[in-house]
Amino acid sequence: MTAAAPSATQGATPGAIGPAPRGPSVLRRLMGRKLALFGFLAILICVGGAVFADWLAPFDPDEQFFDGLTIEGAPMPPGPVYWFGTDLLGRDLLSRLLYGAQTSLIIGLVANGAALFIGTLVGVTAGYFRGITGTVLMRFTDLMMAFPALLLAICLAAIFQPSLWIVALVIAFVNWVQTARVVYTQTSSLAERDFIAAEKTLGAGHGRILFRHILPHLLPTLIVWGTLGISTTVLLEATLSFLGVGVQPPTPSWGNIIFENQTWFQAAPWLVFIPGAAILLLALAFNLVGDALRDILDPTQQGRD
Amino acid sequence: MIAPALSSAPEGVLSVRDLTVSARSDQGLVPLVEGLSFDLARGETLAIAGESGSGKSITSLAIMGLLPVPAVRVTGGTIHLGQTELTSLPEARMQGLRGARIAMIFQEPMTALNPVMSIGRQLTEAIRAHDPVPMREARARALEALKAVRLSQPERRLEQYPHELSGGMRQRVMIAMAIALKPDVLIADEPTTALDVTVQREVLDLIRDLQRDLGTAVILITHDMGVVAEMADRVIVMQRGRVVESAATVDLFEAPREAYTRELLAAVPRIGGGPVRPPLAAQEVLMRYQDVSVRFPIRQGFMGRVSAQVHAVEHVSLEIFRGETLSLVGESGCGKSTMARALVGLVPHEGRIEVGGRALADLDSAGRKALRRDLQIVFQDPMAALDARMTVGELIREPLVIHGIGSPDEQKARVRDLLERVGLQVAAFNRYPHQFSGGQRQRICIARALALKPKLIVCDESVAALDVSIQAKVLDLLRDLQREMGVSFLFISHDMAVVENISDRVAVMYLGQIVEMGSHEQLFGNPQHPYTQRLLAAVPVPDPTRPRLAAARMAGDIPSPVWPIGQGPEPVRLTDIGGGHLVAG
Repeated sequence: MTAAAPSATQGATPGAIGPAPRGPSVLRRLMGRKLALFGFLAILICVGGAVFADWLAPFDPDEQFFDGLTIEGAPMPPGPVYWFGTDLLGRDLLSRLLYGAQTSLIIGLVANGAALFIGTLVGVTAGYFRGITGTVLMRFTDLMMAFPALLLAICLAAIFQPSLWIVALVIAFVNWVQTARVVYTQTSSLAERDFIAAEKTLGAGHGRILFRHILPHLLPTLIVWGTLGISTTVLLEATLSFLGVGVQPPTPSWGNIIFENQTWFQAAPWLVFIPGAAILLLALAFNLVGDALRDILDPTQQGRD
Repeated sequence: MIAPALSSAPEGVLSVRDLTVSARSDQGLVPLVEGLSFDLARGETLAIAGESGSGKSITSLAIMGLLPVPAVRVTGGTIHLGQTELTSLPEARMQGLRGARIAMIFQEPMTALNPVMSIGRQLTEAIRAHDPVPMREARARALEALKAVRLSQPERRLEQYPHELSGGMRQRVMIAMAIALKPDVLIADEPTTALDVTVQREVLDLIRDLQRDLGTAVILITHDMGVVAEMADRVIVMQRGRVVESAATVDLFEAPREAYTRELLAAVPRIGGGPVRPPLAAQEVLMRYQDVSVRFPIRQGFMGRVSAQVHAVEHVSLEIFRGETLSLVGESGCGKSTMARALVGLVPHEGRIEVGGRALADLDSAGRKALRRDLQIVFQDPMAALDARMTVGELIREPLVIHGIGSPDEQKARVRDLLERVGLQVAAFNRYPHQFSGGQRQRICIARALALKPKLIVCDESVAALDVSIQAKVLDLLRDLQREMGVSFLFISHDMAVVENISDRVAVMYLGQIVEMGSHEQLFGNPQHPYTQRLLAAVPVPDPTRPRLAAARMAGDIPSPVWPIGQGPEPVRLTDIGGGHLVAG
């Protein structure tokens, strides 16, 4: 109803055009947004903590300190020696968090990335080519959706020797279905659009249509699912750890720190809140950066920063 | 240029004074409508005419109190309905007036009706919202309203859902809903733009008859000067939110005072107004349809068994010569777009389509790709046909990249040439489609189609979505390109007046078959088939002095093209009545 959008002045002469579109680079524009900058810094801190854990961690993450527990055997609250306090076995929480970041980031990025990749591959193939291939792929997706994900993960993890990479693969294998569903729906509606018909009449091959025209339009969806998936996968890993089929103790991950310590939730709330806050921060940071990226990469959103 | 209060009518129902509507933006308030004043008398029809962005729809929403506040709101002036001032009326009281005293019908009846409620329920609900009568009485009134809009089988319609009705029938339901409570003012916002010409004719007749019988005042919002001429007593011409001219319809068409009005009137395509086209010398066949049929299966049940077929195109044969424009006209659902889609390979066909002597069906994938260089298509909606995430330069260059023509620098140089050729600045190269207006976007699509130097361009309703003044310019461009490059056009349109302005030959389609085909002179000078005559008679003529014919009211809708397996429509036989003028007999 806003009839007078500045870019659509119908009466203008054919040659007259709106303001110039080319601005600063994507990274520069990302940094220009306060929230995105905050998210970017938070991601940097998490990644930095994980990579440099050997240098940054004040203690060995697996060492149980004699003075890490009170006389009654309770964890130590945050203090000058143990900055974030100690866990139920008297291990330093800060060190465990830093090392746990390695596990959680691998799960959140690799497992989630793999899930996103499989989901996109299945969804795009089924949505674009349809026919028998599409039907078979989507019925398989439905089957996977109907199957309890946790049960499947437990089965898979029980079959293979649990290790970090196996856990990542298992998580990817149960988490791709939602992405596939959403991508399928979007691809099949995109494939019906006039501009795809226009590409076909130009003689464009499938590869060109898929990679140059369909994928860019799926990008916003993929960014949203990718960032949402980070928190889901980190928590799924925690669940698996809790059930004993995830990352094996004593290797820390943010998820299993919470689960190990949840019995102490009332007496020592920091043991749950601090790693919980770390997961929240990571998910939030990726969401903020993802949101900003989505807007920046969409040419129709320019000038609305 | 504020409109003076015209013709002090004896019984004013609506009076608008200095109305200003503004939108909130970064730069503060931007006026969308400025200083609009008019009076509306009982039984009068006032047309508000203008192109997109002129503020005509905003005006109607302001009167209805339906502006998207706070983003857009009335910032000045008054609107009086009788003694009631509307701009300061609280929403609760406005609700009571809406529908009861001012009613509105919208452009697209499918989106204005609730798809999951039966027609009867929607009508009775509207009546009971204002007048808490018992269900039975409301139903009786709804039935009466449906009869008033001359809907066939009104009792049955009450039980039906919007998707079961055709576009024209749905618009009648909307009108029935609007008049059920006998409002003082009826606002019709582009009521026939989404309808076929013959249906448009019926709906316009209906509005006029109802107005005469009920004495309703009508505000008709339209971009179509033909509709204005046929319907309105007075006209307000708007441009960019301001009134350009306001006059009685006859005066405005006879002696427009403002330059913009003259421009607008000149741009209206009218039958008989097209330039005389010299007959083509060379008669080399470029493309040929031979007994082409397109049928879409309707699948049903668990196993997807084909239960029936939509006969979209039935045994059509025609050819296009080099350098000529053949127009395919017909109403929605007649199969004209399907013909184009079959030609460019977007839908499968039966029969034989030849381009440059090669049959489409015989081509391998390399041959099909090569064919694209000869055959291009320009779609109806340029925004939908352009990938919004690519720059204009990339878009126009893409066909060259796909077919590997030239080095990157040569390709870019060619894109710049093409941009200039279609009347866009070279600076457009790095911009995105959404930064252009509708007309400019269509130029981008044309440039893209031209990149491969095709021999035939299919224009599928390519100017239908554009304002008339822009439409005229795009048609001029197409004509120039044809003269320069000798390209042929298959021009698909529902608009007889546009077709008349651009065609060498015309084929009229009805229900998937061609019912008449001939040269420009033959078809427009001596239309033979009743359907062609009906199409021509239905085109609104931008001349208010022309007597309004009590046209034959062909009630009823076009029959369904869906047939059970093994059955089909009766094939028509075309007979030559002289000089290649083919008529179904």
